[in-house]
Amino acid sequence: MLAVIAIVQIRELTRIYQQGDIKVVALDRVSLDIARGDFVALMGPSGSGKSTLLHIIAGIDRPTAGSCRVDGIEVAALSETELAGWRNSHIGFVFQTFNLIPVLTAFENVEMPLLLTGLSAAERRAHVEAAFELVGLADRMDHLPRQLSGGQEQRVAIARALVTDPTLIVADEPTGNLDAKSASDVLGLLEALNRDAGKTIIMVTHDPKAAAHARRTLHLEKGELLKDEEVRR
Amino acid sequence: MPAIPLAYNVRSLRVRWRTTIATVLGIALVVAVFVMVMALARGLKSTYIQTGDPMNLLVLRRGSTAESSSQIMREEMMRRKYMPGIARDEQGRPFFSPEIIVLIYLNRIDAEVGGNVIVRGMGEMGLALRPNVTISEGRMFEPGRRECIVSRRLSDRFANCRVGDRFQAGKAEWTVVGIFEAGKSAYESEIWADADEVRAAFSRNFYGSMLVRPESEAAADAIVRRIESDRTLSARVLREVDYYKDQTKTAGPIQFMGGFLATIMSIGAAFSAMNTMYAAVGARTREIGTLRVLGFRRRAIYGSFLLESLILAAVGGLVGCLISLPLNGVATGTFSWTSFSEVAFEFRITPELLGKGMLFALAMGALGGLLPARMAAQKPVLAALKS
Repeated sequence: MLAVIAIVQIRELTRIYQQGDIKVVALDRVSLDIARGDFVALMGPSGSGKSTLLHIIAGIDRPTAGSCRVDGIEVAALSETELAGWRNSHIGFVFQTFNLIPVLTAFENVEMPLLLTGLSAAERRAHVEAAFELVGLADRMDHLPRQLSGGQEQRVAIARALVTDPTLIVADEPTGNLDAKSASDVLGLLEALNRDAGKTIIMVTHDPKAAAHARRTLHLEKGELLKDEEVRR
Repeated sequence: MPAIPLAYNVRSLRVRWRTTIATVLGIALVVAVFVMVMALARGLKSTYIQTGDPMNLLVLRRGSTAESSSQIMREEMMRRKYMPGIARDEQGRPFFSPEIIVLIYLNRIDAEVGGNVIVRGMGEMGLALRPNVTISEGRMFEPGRRECIVSRRLSDRFANCRVGDRFQAGKAEWTVVGIFEAGKSAYESEIWADADEVRAAFSRNFYGSMLVRPESEAAADAIVRRIESDRTLSARVLREVDYYKDQTKTAGPIQFMGGFLATIMSIGAAFSAMNTMYAAVGARTREIGTLRVLGFRRRAIYGSFLLESLILAAVGGLVGCLISLPLNGVATGTFSWTSFSEVAFEFRITPELLGKGMLFALAMGALGGLLPARMAAQKPVLAALKS
């Protein structure tokens, strides 16, 4: 049997926030591995540390102690400038509130991360069109975000997250602002990207129905990893 | 460094169109004032710079800085008329003109308050010494008939200055027999008549200056040496063009006032731009966080917001320049503190001046944008996303 390659290796990861005189422990010596091609749901109540863990993995927060390696790189050791470049090539981020730039068209929003890659305009167009094909919105590329429904906006955000072919797609409550139908579509899309395109996805959710689309769920509470279980289909 | 697309800034400005227009108009106003006042100063300067013939020499009493304060007695003047080295015309007449300046008060055509105007008395060669001057209407005055010719600009602005009109000045009544054009020079602010008639009408027993044209450069040097070493005359000689260049200091106070006014106003406009940009950064904090997550560096964010402020300022500058442009070539007049008379001139808006106006606008944009852009770039990613 082949050994499973861990794309994310977390060891004794601790994150403590200072709020005035009070120290808030958001993550308390968490250790875990995530395999390449996995679809992991991070679950837990508010304040359990699931978003903090996602942010550290995505390189937008830094741990107080411990190690977080993504594809062999110690993320916390990177400088601010290195982190920006690293995020661009390794992380595709999907936000709960979509975070599309309102004055740019769907096409331009998806093209944004590619502007940092040195690809030619024609190459960028080809990548963007391919991403739109994947999310099923090829006919909405010239629309502004306000001309799209919530579900469509989130699909554009997913296209933006995968257009650079990143190592990881991280999604923070991606269905939190969607109606049931749109949420189901978005989750189906993430599941398909994992299943068919082999994308590694880490998704924060507090919704068991959303988590059911993942292959594995990690339960956190008060900054500690309580449960790590395979999802039965 | 990969840059955030310009479309992002332009469209963001368009979305916040109310604050954008207010800021653009603020900057436009400052640039328009700056360009207009500088155009006024330039027009005035250029009027003097365009005056005089490079060959002509002007002789003034030593110690005098202006023709109006110089006095040369008739006998002293006439002794130099046939001095060697002075050029002559076909009839053998020397290019020599004894001249005198007096100020008269004339009523304006379109205002209740009149103004002081220069009357230049000149010798028979006065016109020939000024080849850039042409009589466009009527004819040259004839000595002995109390006649005068008036510059086109004075004729357009002052009462009783058209051909056939008469006006009282000194002890005489003068008839306007011609209108002259002097190529936008300082002569455009003068009335010309015969020197001896002017002296008689204003009870002057002296002339103010003499204007001569030497045969050559070498002759010019000789004339300068001869006159300046002549102790009986006690005069100084300077090129006519240099004399008028020196008069450009009239524009100094206007230029200073314009610069001062524009600087004070620009502080207000820069604060307006800063306020607009702070509001932009505040409203787009989450977008800044998103751009950082996508991989854009702090420098790119900084550059983008600074650029946005510069775009705002550039549009303001452009509008300001357009507002000021119709003033180009408009003729007006101002009081000269060197001649104590009305000087007619045209506003001169040059490409260089417009360029300076644009640079001034961009400086306001840069000043207004620096701090907000820095604030945008310094925002921690997570805090920006959570805003």
